[in-house]
Formats: sequence, C-alpha cells, structure tokens
Amino acid sequence: MNITVNGESRSLEPGTSLGQLVENLGLKGKRIAVEVNRDIVPRSEYDDFRLSDNDTIEIVNAIGGG
Amino acid sequence: MATAAESIPFQNDKPLVIAGTEYSSRLLVGTGKYKDNEETRLAIEASGAEIITVAIRRSNIGQNPNEPNLLDVIPVDKYTLLPNTAGCYTVEDAVRTCRLARELLDGHKLVKLEVLGDEKTLFPDVTATLEAAEILVKDGFDVMVYTNDDPLIARRLEDIGCAAVMPLAAPIGSGLGIRNPYNILTIVENANVPILVDAGVGTASDAAIAMELGCDGILMNTAIAAARNPVLMASAMKKATEAGREAFLAGRMPRKRFASASSPVDGLFF
Repeated sequence: MNITVNGESRSLEPGTSLGQLVENLGLKGKRIAVEVNRDIVPRSEYDDFRLSDNDTIEIVNAIGGG
Repeated sequence: MATAAESIPFQNDKPLVIAGTEYSSRLLVGTGKYKDNEETRLAIEASGAEIITVAIRRSNIGQNPNEPNLLDVIPVDKYTLLPNTAGCYTVEDAVRTCRLARELLDGHKLVKLEVLGDEKTLFPDVTATLEAAEILVKDGFDVMVYTNDDPLIARRLEDIGCAAVMPLAAPIGSGLGIRNPYNILTIVENANVPILVDAGVGTASDAAIAMELGCDGILMNTAIAAARNPVLMASAMKKATEAGREAFLAGRMPRKRFASASSPVDGLFF
C-alpha cells in the first residue's frame, strides 16, 4: 500500500501500524505528534493504529521559533 | 530604620501571572535564528526567561533522524514552552497547529496564537485572529495572542478569554522599537489580563520603554538572536526589562520644559 508521510510517498506492507512506521523512520521515543488524514493520533495509540492505503500522515516536532 | 533594600518596591512587585501560573521573569524569548542549539541555550540562560517560544514543523524524516533536538537544550521540566502558530495565515492552520502542539507536549494548554495577514509586514489578520482565539479558548487552550496595537481589538481578545494579549511594537523581526507608545499605553490601561509587547523590539532601550509604559512583559526573538553577540544582548535585555519595570513602579518625574536647579539657591555666599 502507498501512503504519504510529510509530503513524500512511501510504500508499506499492508497492515503496518503507525508504531512500526514511526520506528522505521527512526522516530520511536522522540517527542513528536502525528496526524493521520488530519486527525491527531495520541502517542499511546500508535501501536494499535493500522495504516490504510492512501493515508496522509504528518509527523511534527518542536523547532526554534519566535 | 528600614534599609534601602526594604524600601525598594521592586522587591514587593507582584509576579507575572499567566493562566494561573506565576513567573518571576517578565522577559519571554524565542528560539529562532540562532547559530546552533548551544547558542540558543546560552542566550536563554542569560536572558533569565522562563517562558520560551518554539515553532511546530514537519519532522525531518529519512535524512537525519538523530539531528540535535531543540528540546534537549530547553527541557520541558525546566521551562514553560510556548508553542507558536508562526507561519499560519488561516484560522484552520492556526487551530490545527495548536492541537498538534498540545499532543506534542502531553496536553500542554499554553499557546501563542498568531494568524498572519501579509508576508511583507507579517501584520496579524485581526479578524482571523479573533475567530481562531474564540475556537481555541472554547477548546480549553490558554491563549497568548499576538495582535496589532489597536486598543479595541486588544479588548475584544480579552473579552474572548485570552490569557494574555500581545500587541506588536513594530513588525516582527524589524527591530524598529516601540512605534506607537500611546496605543500601547492605552491597551495597558484598559486591560485586565497581562499585556506583553511581542515583536519589534530592537535593543535594550526598547525593552525598557515597553516596561516603563506599564507592560507586564515582553516577548522577543530576533533582537537577541540577530545581535552581534546574542548572549550578551540576552543579558542586556534581562537588565533592561527589570530596569524598565522598576522605573514604571517608581513613577517617573513629570516632564518640564525649563530647568530646575538641583542645588539650593539659598545660602549662596557670593
């Protein structure tokens, strides 16, 4: 299946969880927030959240700003 | 007999209270435009600030997941983080950014709302700002809101329930100083929530002027980060904020057009 993460397309095994995606991206344990199709998914639910074909995912963190 | 220290009212100044939390520093600083995280850390430390703004952006995926993390130098247990909505030009983007920030910071409710109207001036879109403020307050956020120096809009933002109103002194990042001190003064006099000058301060005297007008605090980023020596400027801003606050509490002398001798005229022997 194909998904879009932060504007880039990626292909994933069907049934991949959000937790696995976060781990694959090297972001496990980092302070991030995630939206799937514009809905926020709480950190505690990453592992149970199954991604679907054409999902659009945004992963954000805090950076310098004023 | 009272010592000088006991009679200095600054010692008894009430703390800055924002959304029920007391802060001893009246200087709030941003974290943008620094050379690196170490310079950011040193400048924040020198400023004495307790509330630190951050921006919310896409994580860097793929290339370098182990890049230095800003939150390593501003730990969430030591500072109050103030996520901003910088770069948002619509109500929807601003509200979405605040909700992501709340998830990112484990339910943290304090946010800096800015809805921009124009890239050249970065002036706020005040109608969109009012609308976003209303949504965020209803959603349980403590909203510190960036706005223009219009006393009527400042009142409306207070009426909506914003935790603090933050009029600009001059355009963001311009360093032009307090362009409209009388409007800032009117906003301060009308207010029942903290008023902080946000944006436009260029150097220490600007910070002192804002505080002398009676502002409850100042938020700045570029004035420190773009100084030749940011850490030294952060220290200067800390002192200027405190000096301006003390001068406001002390009450300045009236302005007079002509001279008034400091030494007595009586007892002259010639």
